[in-house]
Amino acid sequence: MVNLKINDMPVSVDDGVTILEAAQKLGIKIPTLCHIKLDCFHVEHRCGSCRICVVEVAGRPNLAPACCTPVLEGMDVKTNTLRAINARRTMLDLLLSDHPKDCLTCAKNLDCQLQKLAQEMNLHQVLYKGEQSTYNKDLSSQAIARDLDKCIMCRRCETACNVVQTVGVLSGVDRGFEAVVAPAGYKPLNQTQCVFCGQCVLACPVGALTEVSYKYDVWKALNDETKTVVVQTAPAVRAALGEEFGIAPGSITTGKMVTALRMMGFDKVFDTDFAADLTIMEETTELIGRVKEGKNLPILTSCCPGWVKFLEHQFPDLIYMPSTAKSPQQMFGAIAKNYYAQKLGIKPEDMVVVSVMPCLAKKYEAAREEFSHNGNRDVDIVISTRELADMIKEAGIIFNNLEDSKYDDPLGESTGAAVIFGATGGVLEAALRTAADWIAGTDVQEIDFEAVRGLEGIKEATVNVAGLELKAAVCSGLGNARKLLERIKNGEAQYHAIEIMACPGGCLNGGGQPYYDGDTTILEKRKEALYRDDKDQKIRKSHLNPSIQKLYKEFLGEPGSHLAHELLHTKYTPRKNW
Amino acid sequence: MSCTCDKMPGNDNLIEAYPEKRAELEAYINSLPLSDSPDRNRGFLIQSLHKAQGVFGYLPGCVQLYVADKLKLHLSEVYGVISFYSFFTEKPMGRYKINVCTGTACFVKGANKIVDEFKRFLNIQEGETTSDGKFSLGALRCVGACSLAPVVMVNERVYGNVTAKLVPEILNDCAE
Repeated sequence: MVNLKINDMPVSVDDGVTILEAAQKLGIKIPTLCHIKLDCFHVEHRCGSCRICVVEVAGRPNLAPACCTPVLEGMDVKTNTLRAINARRTMLDLLLSDHPKDCLTCAKNLDCQLQKLAQEMNLHQVLYKGEQSTYNKDLSSQAIARDLDKCIMCRRCETACNVVQTVGVLSGVDRGFEAVVAPAGYKPLNQTQCVFCGQCVLACPVGALTEVSYKYDVWKALNDETKTVVVQTAPAVRAALGEEFGIAPGSITTGKMVTALRMMGFDKVFDTDFAADLTIMEETTELIGRVKEGKNLPILTSCCPGWVKFLEHQFPDLIYMPSTAKSPQQMFGAIAKNYYAQKLGIKPEDMVVVSVMPCLAKKYEAAREEFSHNGNRDVDIVISTRELADMIKEAGIIFNNLEDSKYDDPLGESTGAAVIFGATGGVLEAALRTAADWIAGTDVQEIDFEAVRGLEGIKEATVNVAGLELKAAVCSGLGNARKLLERIKNGEAQYHAIEIMACPGGCLNGGGQPYYDGDTTILEKRKEALYRDDKDQKIRKSHLNPSIQKLYKEFLGEPGSHLAHELLHTKYTPRKNW
Repeated sequence: MSCTCDKMPGNDNLIEAYPEKRAELEAYINSLPLSDSPDRNRGFLIQSLHKAQGVFGYLPGCVQLYVADKLKLHLSEVYGVISFYSFFTEKPMGRYKINVCTGTACFVKGANKIVDEFKRFLNIQEGETTSDGKFSLGALRCVGACSLAPVVMVNERVYGNVTAKLVPEILNDCAE
């Protein structure tokens, strides 16, 4: 243990702890900007570039950055000396001097750490005026917008991209005043190996990285009388949307969300959970088939478009491994336009399918060529959880006062197995529940596969599925996926099935979810909420969903049928690794 | 900087076009004690790029990618290093690289006039190469010969006490 004093208060902390952490132990908040720590994923970004966290240490000539200065025995730290306050304000002032002042119209308005800091540090005027950096906005992709005029070189996005995800698109380039974060050769994002997971967007403290917004496209569709507009909401959205309205993290707000969507004018409010159940039907059929034949193992899940793109770029030789099943979002679009539209007696082109997703890669996925037929996209518009909250506010809907209501039938009916798709491990658990029943031919009662739950990056379990020993792994975060895939490639590990999600923790931590600025306890709460929601459902196995059973009976035939393959399966394309 | 398209790496695939140069670079990189870990290999990046530029003359995208793959690093990281150090260049350089020192001493002694004279004679701007690929013009910061200011370097050769009048002579020295 190391003993020191901060603001004359004694504190004992472990060796190697920083001044910032020691101060936190005392309940003293030292302002930070470039620093971010994601406890549950063991990630810390402390490059010390912003110098906002400087404090005075007795006996040292220079101020010390608290986020990356380890404590020493007998240290005497003062966080609020006039010298420290002045230095902090000067740093902030200098940062603001090269930052646009368009806060009123910035996409990050009220979610911006720089703005918050200016408020907390009582900075009411910018003293320094000089040249400002200007760059072309990168709006090349459907998912992530880059406005580097706003970049403050905290480099949090680089840690997200290179260390956490090992995607390796973003790097600090050039030097001095011209230094900026960009892909190699300043290429636009759509020409790189970016997977659009959006972890960089979650990491960005300012408005330099944001989602590409489609809110106005949704309003246009809703106001087009010639169109039938249906909406689907992903599992993880319901566990986080409430946060945007001040509702405690970990609250399930499905009922209010459905009411709000109806008030906004959607003709039908449906659930991606329905399509998640459908995914399980197809994917589990494939899983059992491949395990029985002992061929092409392990089977990898294919629900996550970020992960799929990562595989296409980084492991093109393993492209035969993922399930050919489309993701729930795309299955929903295909069924809505080819089955439900028929039921309504309308042409697919007169239907607009809107998705609300916790994800930015879903925007890219919906635009992939293979998910269009005759120029008609299966999913027309994708908005994030954050964008939905923005639209509800814009519509003047008082979310917190809304009554609960239920999804429409038939594409709104779902099971507990579907809602846990939103957490890492959920897809695999859902598949195991159905696989157990199908293999045993009975209604198996033990359906809680605790071993595959939790936010850890890599989980391994050997599960007994109706007498069959299945070796399974669950992986979230692409850096973890890379480790696991390397082991498989080198023959160091063998599995039957692996679930992979691009975002650490799964979709509940997707790039389109409400910002949580490093407070990972919020992620734990979202996860618990999803599993609670699962427990509360009457039906908790995908294949027992009555609307799914009806869909197969009326339309698709069997899982894996010719029509199912045509509508619900896809293929993958090897891509360049840069 | 307003437009960034001039920063795109070139498409010239030197790695395929010059197998003997690629072999030379490969032999050098293979001689390094590399490992499977990017964290260890990172320390060998600058010397590998130095060698690559020595072999190919410049570092277009394909060469950057080749070095990145050999060292198991991401291309973005390699590009970050190349764009940081002014020594590295993504554009082909002339056979004669004229660099005028614009460090403090040379600047005070009129380096700018010399730069202007080179520009006039060669009809190129700083950072450019003549269309025949013979000369490229650049500036550098101090070669440690301030007593000879202003100083011009042509490839490895140093000219001291340069005046604008000496510019044609320097160019004449650059025989094929």
